[in-house]
Amino acid sequence: MSILAYNGAAIMAMKGKNCVAIAADRRFGIQAQTVSMDFDKVFEMGPHLYIGLPGLATDVQTVSQRLKFRLNMYELRENRKIKPKTFMAMVSNLLYERRFGPYFVEPVIAGLDPATFEPYIASMDLIGCPMETNDFVVSGTCSEQMYGMCESLWEPDLEPDDLFETISQALMNAFDRDAVSGWGAVVHVIEKDKVTTKYLKTRQD
Amino acid sequence: MMSVPNMMSNPLSDYQAPNQVSFSPYEFNGGTILAVAGEDYALIATDTRLSQGFSIHSRDSPKTYPLSNGSVLGCCGFHGDVLTLTKVLGARLQIFEKEHNKPMPTPSVAAMLSTILYYRRFFPYYTHNIVAGLDEEGKGCVYSFDPVGSYEREVFRAKGSASAMLQPLLDNQIGGKNQQSYKVVPIPLKKCVSMVKDVFTSAAERDIYTGDNILISIITKDGVKSEQFPLRRD
Amino acid sequence: MAAPCVEPAKGGFSFENCGRNDRFKEMGLKFPTAYKTGTTIAGVIFKDGVVLGADTRATEDTVVADKNCAKIHYMADNIYCCGAGTAADTEMTTQMISADLELHRLNTGRVPRVCTANRLLKQMLFRYQGYIGAALVLGGVDVTGPSLYSIWPHGSTDKLPFVTMGSGSLAAMAMFEDRFKPNMSREEAMKLVRDGIAAGIFNDLGSGSNVDLCVITKDKVEYIRPHEIANQKGVKQGSYIYKKGTTAVLSSQVKKIDIEVVATEVKPQPMDTQ
Repeated sequence: MSILAYNGAAIMAMKGKNCVAIAADRRFGIQAQTVSMDFDKVFEMGPHLYIGLPGLATDVQTVSQRLKFRLNMYELRENRKIKPKTFMAMVSNLLYERRFGPYFVEPVIAGLDPATFEPYIASMDLIGCPMETNDFVVSGTCSEQMYGMCESLWEPDLEPDDLFETISQALMNAFDRDAVSGWGAVVHVIEKDKVTTKYLKTRQD
Repeated sequence: MMSVPNMMSNPLSDYQAPNQVSFSPYEFNGGTILAVAGEDYALIATDTRLSQGFSIHSRDSPKTYPLSNGSVLGCCGFHGDVLTLTKVLGARLQIFEKEHNKPMPTPSVAAMLSTILYYRRFFPYYTHNIVAGLDEEGKGCVYSFDPVGSYEREVFRAKGSASAMLQPLLDNQIGGKNQQSYKVVPIPLKKCVSMVKDVFTSAAERDIYTGDNILISIITKDGVKSEQFPLRRD
Repeated sequence: MAAPCVEPAKGGFSFENCGRNDRFKEMGLKFPTAYKTGTTIAGVIFKDGVVLGADTRATEDTVVADKNCAKIHYMADNIYCCGAGTAADTEMTTQMISADLELHRLNTGRVPRVCTANRLLKQMLFRYQGYIGAALVLGGVDVTGPSLYSIWPHGSTDKLPFVTMGSGSLAAMAMFEDRFKPNMSREEAMKLVRDGIAAGIFNDLGSGSNVDLCVITKDKVEYIRPHEIANQKGVKQGSYIYKKGTTAVLSSQVKKIDIEVVATEVKPQPMDTQ
């Protein structure tokens, strides 16, 4: 069994029209045994910036805290909000620094530019190879299922409400075909003036 | 106290452990199949790429095999086993038809395929199988198999290299999973065909072993009709 | 007293997780794979410059992770570098050496040479004994004219008039061996590289999507991305928009964001390079 699949996770992010969404499952398990169903894998890194960290749970929490620390230092030093792209470089450097002894997380970043409110999504492998796209990014134990769903469901310029339905359906149906993720889901839809967080009703098996 | 063996007097001192000879007779040749059972039809689609490792062997090798009784077998995995299995199955169907003077019903084909697969329980055919056809009442039926013969009748099923990408979408769009106030009704043929094209198009975007073309076979009481649709070729 | 809560600023790789990760391995957990660019990259020298080419697919095992990634990396204004192998390694290695070249340029006040870039890259890769999985095609034009190198993960390099690398290298090399000739025109060279990369895209499963080209001549660089969309994205037959309220929601909260309007004007200042 892969270390990345030890605790199980499914996270994806999608671009919409002047908005982005990031969605994640809520399971924390140890291999096949589910331990809790209220585990946070998506972390707020700023009013318009979120990062999802699927992978080994211990590293999820370590990396999120290390990133928050580096981010706070950056924003104190620079006295301004970080741009999603700069934040992506920060995550990438943190991971690549440990090229030969990596953290077992494959991050997903979603946010709006603090100045222009341009939507931004990106994902990374566990040693920090960045991947920026214009449609969607997925990461986690059921990435194949998520790719299949997103490729079919996603379309350009979705309004926030439609984006919510699309990303929720893509995530839920993908993790229902995965044994180690699911058990609840959370979706954040990030817009210029608000962030809508919804907890989904999903299968509990 | 343990004694130290005297190598000089030990007659087995030059004994060497036997070499283990390895034999890996299986290969994965890619390919994806997808079948849907409708009210009065069955649909089975496959891509036409045959590959191994990072190379393409053929761009025109569909993995569906029409059977003599009017149903269609979808079969992918190791192409050598696919060829043998389809040959064996074809022969068994012919024997049945000669003995009984009628074509074998699709549910019986499925039952027979299961025994053919289980017969090789400890040196299996490395094949993923789906049988699509009409049952005795004229309703569409789809049977899916694991490589050693466990089988089940289903409404829709994807098998092969991109099955993980297709199956959740079928759950959602045909099974109505995770959709509130969705009534599950048998999917009309036209909608089914366009959806099958869409899911294969999506799979070809992301799975390197799926591409080139899809061959869609539609089984109705009037026989089997086929249709080709192009996919990415990279 | 608690240690000061600042991460020490130190260069180089960190091996702090290695001991722990080895223990994971002993537990029988498998190590995950990083993104690979099962790639076709290539380059040729022509009459007055170099053409570099690459496909745009990044794979993770048998799944396409990125359909349109940039594999031709900037090194200096007159030097570019294609990368194959572990995606993160090619990305980071070229970034680091690009920074070194820029410092070198500022120190010497001269346009960096391709042979300098080649040596910096090979020395870095040799130091890591092949563990940095970057296979590169380096090309550029300097005072000595156009030059082209292939650099292997262990640090060996070749200086050749035409090179290919990556999983589609054989397909591309087949085209080059057939049609390469010295002193080609710019159009001929671009066509040849396009055909080499296209051979990789269509015949190698690890390569795909588009053809990117970079044409470097004495006083001009043309980075053409994409040069050709070799594979159009499939067009969907239907639409899969859901009715609002399809997804069952347990709870919902809205967080309003006060947009702070801070107008800061940053004037560009020239860097002091004296």
